[in-house]
Amino acid sequence: MEHRLSPRVQKLREESLAAIPHLSTERAELITAACRRYAGTVETPLLRALIFQHLLENKKLWLGDGELIVGEKAEQPQWSPSFPELCCHTMEDLTVMDQRDKIFFRVTDNARQVQEKEIIPYWQNRSLRQRILGRMTPEWRSCYESGIFTEFMEQRGPGHSVADGKIYQKGFLDFKADITAALADLDTLRDPQAYEKRLELEAMSVCCDAIITLGRRYAERARELAAAATDPARKAELLQIAANCDVVPAHAPQTFHQALQMYWFLHLGVTIELNPWDALSPGRLDQHLHPFYQQDLAAGRLTRESALELLQCFWVKFNNQPAPPKVGITLKESGTYTDFVNLNTGGITADGTDGVNAVSYLILETMDSMRLLQPSSNVQISRKTPLHFLKKACAISRKGWGQPAFYNTEAIVQELLNAGKTLADARQGGASGCVETGAFGKEAYILTGYLNLPKILELTLNNGFDKISGRQLGPQTGQPEDFASYEEFFAAFRCQLRYFVDVKVQGNNVIEQIYAHHMPVPFFSIVIDDCIQKGRDYNAGGARYNTNYIQGVGIGTLADSLAAIRHNVYERQHFTLSELIQALDANFNGYEEIYHAVREKSPRYGNDDDVADQRMQEAFRAFHDEVTGRPNTKGGQYRIDMLPTTCHVYFGSVMGASPNGRRRGKPVSEGISPDKGADRLGPTAVIKSAAKMDHLMTGGTLLNQKFTPAVVAGEQGLDNMANLIRSYFSLDGHHVQFNVIDRQTLLDAQQHPEEYKDLIVRVAGYSDHFHNLSRELQDEIIERTEQSFGS
Amino acid sequence: MNDSAPVIFNLQRFCLHDGPGIRTTIFFKGCPLRCRWCHNPESQQFTPELLFDEEKCGGCRRCLEVCPTGAIQASANEMRQDRQQCIACGRCVERCWQGARTLAGHTRFTPDKLLQEILKDRMFYEESGGGVTFSGGEALCQPGPLEQLTRACKEQGLHVAMDTCGHVPFSVFERLLPWTDLFLYDVKHPDPEPHRHYTGQDNTLILDNLKKLAAAGATIALRLPLIEGVNADDATIEAFIARLSPLSPRQLHLLPYHTTGASKYQRLGRTTSREALAAPSPERLDTISCRFTAAGFSTHIGG
Repeated sequence: MEHRLSPRVQKLREESLAAIPHLSTERAELITAACRRYAGTVETPLLRALIFQHLLENKKLWLGDGELIVGEKAEQPQWSPSFPELCCHTMEDLTVMDQRDKIFFRVTDNARQVQEKEIIPYWQNRSLRQRILGRMTPEWRSCYESGIFTEFMEQRGPGHSVADGKIYQKGFLDFKADITAALADLDTLRDPQAYEKRLELEAMSVCCDAIITLGRRYAERARELAAAATDPARKAELLQIAANCDVVPAHAPQTFHQALQMYWFLHLGVTIELNPWDALSPGRLDQHLHPFYQQDLAAGRLTRESALELLQCFWVKFNNQPAPPKVGITLKESGTYTDFVNLNTGGITADGTDGVNAVSYLILETMDSMRLLQPSSNVQISRKTPLHFLKKACAISRKGWGQPAFYNTEAIVQELLNAGKTLADARQGGASGCVETGAFGKEAYILTGYLNLPKILELTLNNGFDKISGRQLGPQTGQPEDFASYEEFFAAFRCQLRYFVDVKVQGNNVIEQIYAHHMPVPFFSIVIDDCIQKGRDYNAGGARYNTNYIQGVGIGTLADSLAAIRHNVYERQHFTLSELIQALDANFNGYEEIYHAVREKSPRYGNDDDVADQRMQEAFRAFHDEVTGRPNTKGGQYRIDMLPTTCHVYFGSVMGASPNGRRRGKPVSEGISPDKGADRLGPTAVIKSAAKMDHLMTGGTLLNQKFTPAVVAGEQGLDNMANLIRSYFSLDGHHVQFNVIDRQTLLDAQQHPEEYKDLIVRVAGYSDHFHNLSRELQDEIIERTEQSFGS
Repeated sequence: MNDSAPVIFNLQRFCLHDGPGIRTTIFFKGCPLRCRWCHNPESQQFTPELLFDEEKCGGCRRCLEVCPTGAIQASANEMRQDRQQCIACGRCVERCWQGARTLAGHTRFTPDKLLQEILKDRMFYEESGGGVTFSGGEALCQPGPLEQLTRACKEQGLHVAMDTCGHVPFSVFERLLPWTDLFLYDVKHPDPEPHRHYTGQDNTLILDNLKKLAAAGATIALRLPLIEGVNADDATIEAFIARLSPLSPRQLHLLPYHTTGASKYQRLGRTTSREALAAPSPERLDTISCRFTAAGFSTHIGG
């Protein structure tokens, strides 16, 4: 389907894509000034609120030509503020972020000066990052530096949250009234926490005023521009923008247009107040907008086309906001401009009926016509979702740029129920970030860091010693010759795993409390139930549900490694564990027989082979049992996710060779996908293997599937995709996304066939593995793929 | 189910072009025809055979040590496979690190085991309206295990398709009829002599069987491999129509020739005379497709 964008949308889209990411120091300057004025005079929650107010009263406004939804985080599109209270960038950081090839942020000379003269002198000993790292134990530091785990909160705040529908029913004056009522209800005689609650509620109240101020400033700015506008059409638009900003965010939105603007003010507020992971998401946008859409159509205020254009303008706003600059390991684990805004379209409603509505289709069309990195858009597919909707989503997915991803509504609901949510909260929840499950508007579900599962196996083989960093990281759980059986070896692995999870959680306990005490987010807390009722901040356990996650990485590499050890060392006695370790130390050089045995002649996860898949299940259970149910400091519990972002590359880079034939430094497997080249029986076998994981015990899993364009071509191709999705979901799979293979990948597959043994291509009336084709035929298919790609 | 295992050379899941929906296809080894254009030459012989890919051979000579018949000969810069001596025992395959040696065909899967493998994707068949396809080579040349397997699949409620060249006694079709939902029936040339010239057998038995099968009420989709220089000229197309029109099947799949099998001939140590063969152009394919459609066939390009 070809889309013609309106000239306005085309212009805004092109501007968003062409703008060069820059570091903005405006926010840093403003908060430094505010801190100089208020720090030490008021309690922390109020200080944070006053900083927020200072920011929104003084930040420069951007109202771009042609825009219909207004507001930017920094001075202009693609500029990103910094958050020195979390992470105060050094001058060297600025040089690196300016000059690195990927994910760069240009730093102007003026910005460098400001950083050096104003920001660093004030913040260098005050940033939370320093406080956090200073409080970590030597054990924690060793693990962190050696790549056993990462730490999410060392330079971005806890967040991972999603808005629900309340902002479409209430304005910030209404929230302020709720806050006032909560203040009035405080039992100052008997409630020992009444004072703390008062501080938090007062801070929230200031934040309501602050966001209303931002709306008023935009209304004024729009009127000024309207007065100066010569084009009567633009003048009318600007007056409409002004009228919208007279209503939102102070009052509940009355129209479709105002509803979008309302969300956008909230988004700006949350991402200016602090730098939470995954920014903020509108969540179930189709359901939130649908009443406005119907009502405006009926009133003649809106047409399908004008609604589409508004959504497209809304999309541009997300794309204008790169994730704020990251440095160090945080950049390695999440090397992307994407800020993980992730919309959920479809699914079911609060009362359990099919959630697909007219706006759902509009959102699909928006996503397809805009093709932007942000917002990420996914579809939730339930048993009740019409096939028509599923196939429309497949038709976009097969274009090969990665959106939409597919999520299983029934799995999400069961995961949430299993984690203690009510049925209504579960039905209105969804996936955010990459694949993480949450109760939208009601839950703080904090991803705390990735855990390098295959690295823990590496340490088990070496009695807790890390040959890469030269440190004794783990406990001494035995020399290779000590393990008389596979079971004994696996018990040692579990022992190592427990130790590293302990270290991670001990660190988390401290970091959580540091945020609770020093970095409240009173603005964000306004819109998350039940922070107002509890008088408690989002970062201090104010949300209705408080869940912590540790994300497991490399389960495919781990499963294959365990299978190779069990099969070759303990069952067939092809070689001893010590011999295997020698081969690993040599990166398999000179150990071709062992390499061949583990790569080619051992069971591997991803082929619907119970022998290998049981190793995956065993590793999954060990990880799950070690983490799930541990208490966090906010009254909630730990759970697991299985997703990597870009961390599988980083984790691989800090590892030697693995027992499954993975070479030193190479990436480990991503998500719950099989290791590269391990699966050789096609997508149905991968799906069967992946579904043997107990997805419902997690808070999200990630599966990637690769196809060439021809496999998914035509009406039959859509059926193929839809059938695979429905089948995987009926097996309780959580998420799947399709990568349609481009020419570059095929060229790479030709160069490195060993890494692409799973690549299936349509040849001529049948499909085959690419690596099995003759050179000539590969060439022909590469040519052909070029032609059929992008259809 | 008893244990007489068929000789098969592949079991492929997620097949999208051997019948409706998502399917698993079992490729039986051995074929009564020798089509010049055959892209699966390893399917022709009824016994297992060794495929040796010289390009992948690293010359490590580990295979030499285990060959029980001395079928591998090494000279200074190449390894040669003596096809007369090779008993396809597969020992060298186990020793080969490069994947240069593979065995085409085995009897490792009893019908029972095959059924288990087929049932692994049952949910995909049910979701997509797919099932199992027996192909080859020529599956009908191994009627004993095939009938057992087909019957077992049917008892499990699976959709069963039979991809056949038709050159077997009709009694075999009679045995399979009750358990088969769809025959994918190849018709390669309308006239007996050219048919013999290109495939090694004339088409009398094939057309006769087709007639009887149609009369018995079987669901049949005709499959025509189209090869420029063999059967894609106007006169042959008209002759096809004349032959096929009186019969009841109206489903027709046109399968344009492709060149994929060439390197496999090499790996089997065989030569092939396929130089004169070519795929019809997309335009030509379109013309032919329209002609069949005009003659009353429901025509589809591709499997």
